[in-house]
Amino acid sequence: MNQPSSPQTPARPAGPGPATAFHPWDDPDAVPLIRFRGVTKRFGDFTAIDAVDLDIYPREFFALLGPSGCGKTTLMRMLAGFESPSVGAITLEGRDIVHVPPHKRAVNMMFQSYALFPHLTVEQNIAFGLKRSGMEKDAIEARVAEMLRMVQLQKFAARKPHQISGGQRQRVALARALAKAPKLLLLDEPLGALDKKLRQQTQFELVDIQERTGTTFVIVTHDQEEAMTVASRIAVMNEGKIAQVDTPGRIYESPASVYVADFVGDVNLIEGNARPVGQGMAEIRWREGVPAIRGQAAEPLVEGERATLAIRPEKIAISRERPEGRNNVVQGRVHDIAYLGNISTYHVRLPDGVIVQAQVANQRRIARRDFTWEDEVWLSWSDTAGVVLMR
Amino acid sequence: MSRFTWFNATSLTFGFAFLYLPMVILIVYSFNESRLVTVWAGFSTRWYGELFRNEQFLDAAWVTLRVAFFSATFATVLGTMAAYVLVRGGRFFGRTLFSGMIYAPLVMPEVITGLSLLLLFISINLDRGIVTIILAHTTFCMAYVAVVVSSRLVSFDRSVEEAALDLGATPFDAFRSVTLPIIMPAVVSGWLLGFTLSLDDLVIASFTAGPAATTLPIQIFSSVRLGVSPEINALSTILIGIVALGVVTASLISKRNLVRQARDARRAIQAGAEEGREARAT
Ligand SMILES: Nc1ncnc2c1ncn2[C@@H]1O[C@H](COP(=O)(O)OP(=O)(O)OP(=O)(O)O)[C@@H](O)[C@H]1O
Ligand SMILES: [Mg+2]
Repeated sequence: MNQPSSPQTPARPAGPGPATAFHPWDDPDAVPLIRFRGVTKRFGDFTAIDAVDLDIYPREFFALLGPSGCGKTTLMRMLAGFESPSVGAITLEGRDIVHVPPHKRAVNMMFQSYALFPHLTVEQNIAFGLKRSGMEKDAIEARVAEMLRMVQLQKFAARKPHQISGGQRQRVALARALAKAPKLLLLDEPLGALDKKLRQQTQFELVDIQERTGTTFVIVTHDQEEAMTVASRIAVMNEGKIAQVDTPGRIYESPASVYVADFVGDVNLIEGNARPVGQGMAEIRWREGVPAIRGQAAEPLVEGERATLAIRPEKIAISRERPEGRNNVVQGRVHDIAYLGNISTYHVRLPDGVIVQAQVANQRRIARRDFTWEDEVWLSWSDTAGVVLMR
Repeated sequence: MSRFTWFNATSLTFGFAFLYLPMVILIVYSFNESRLVTVWAGFSTRWYGELFRNEQFLDAAWVTLRVAFFSATFATVLGTMAAYVLVRGGRFFGRTLFSGMIYAPLVMPEVITGLSLLLLFISINLDRGIVTIILAHTTFCMAYVAVVVSSRLVSFDRSVEEAALDLGATPFDAFRSVTLPIIMPAVVSGWLLGFTLSLDDLVIASFTAGPAATTLPIQIFSSVRLGVSPEINALSTILIGIVALGVVTASLISKRNLVRQARDARRAIQAGAEEGREARAT
């Protein structure tokens, strides 16, 4: 889709792909837009959010990722003002917003169910918030037209929500939430209902809109690929707690815990006794009679502690001969091959029954595959490819 | 589908005869020339003329209509407010008790409702008349309105209201500009229900009416005790006509809505397809 260019120029060069200069979270002087301090939310005796501390900076595209029921929506609803924390403080631009009702917050939310007003037309839906902000009638009309153009729904302006398709409804919801140019836009699984193609296209549109308007986005998603694509940072949540907050790259490459490593992407986990070997590296003895394997230690560790080596399948090389000059080498038998078109995943069974996955790009046609079922193979990876995790 | 058999035809005939024969007889005899209800003496509209010259009946009809209109209206306002608070008000002390109590008038024997209202009016020295009937009818219609409206409130997506608040509407504004239009069909049904209940009511009205104002059901009931007159037949025929008109209108409206829904669904699918075509074309 072609977007008419907007007068606002993007200040954030980030977006999908490698982020360049945008990392206010590393800057001690940067002032967060949103700050959660010790926020706990209980429903009866059930703790939905457990002592969360979180900073979100202006112009971020912040993703909340986690399994169902981990408290993502609850966190969002506290930002919008529909729930208030049982304990703790939430500030927006330094001001405590816990007691500010939803209609007085410069925050807009795009609901998972879209929540369009069924009795109003597309146009009136988008104008709803503008009318309540004391804007001039002409200005409202201009803004609505601009929004309609942005989501390419000019033709459907006079339709009611039940007279347009699901994808169009979703764009109306987005336009309605964006119309007031809020400081903070909350998106609760905004693309949940779309098919894969439309979903990817809309993801890029969201990033584009975010860059042009400079709004801060917080997005909830079930889909880790989506979080990776759009987010400047990701918070991985687990049962009401924040397991890790980091850039997509660091979440994937330097997970802080086994939970995060396992939740985001595929990973092989090998447990054993750890031993520091200097320079931030650690060794894991995982079985009698075979050489120890090593990886980068996620945190300082003590000799003899239990630890887990997490290694991504695509970082493991597979070969028929024993590779020379590598510390991390194991031998096994091909147990299963999953052919995914662009890549193949080899499930290799080690002598003690542990299955390790290795992923290989399919550079050749399938007929000339190098390995097949029950082949004896060697798996190897570099010292820095895996991380040694204590938690 | 099963075939239409003799058995079906017979059941249908008897069932409907059972339901409608009394009314048919009533309508036929309203056009009877004779004053004697059971003797047919030729067609005439004489009793309709008499009816419209009968001051008592006309007064009672006018009182009944005003009572029904005002009590339905007050009951709709109060019942909608009650339903909204009970469904949306969040948790507050005694909520379960209140939501149970709002339904009590539905199951309370009318005699008791009537009697207790009568005692209330006497003890506060309120002269019985049209005002007391309106108050009494508002009380019991309100419960029906609350039931109808709250079932609608329970079934609609709460997040639509939250979206209104989120976009800067005050809670009252959100109610007025979003909730109310959405629940309007239920509010209108509630009003119509209240209106018919009030028109229909004999028991509570007898307790709360005074010499200054009688309603049509009271008037009919007391005059029938002196013997059925053809005028009453004429009046009843008119009432049947009004009710039939109401039922037919309601079913036509709901049929039209169904047609419109089907058309909207078609348009929604077309809208999606249209865009898809354009996207491919460019
Ligand atoms: N109003 C409520 N009353 C009681 N429990 C609630 C309420 N709202 C949420 N919860 C509970 O809090 C937990 C977190 O809910 P939340 O909706 O935030 O999950 P989520 O992470 O958004 O899940 P999903 O991905 O399935 O949407 C759940 O276990 C849920 O049952
Ligand atoms: Mg949720």
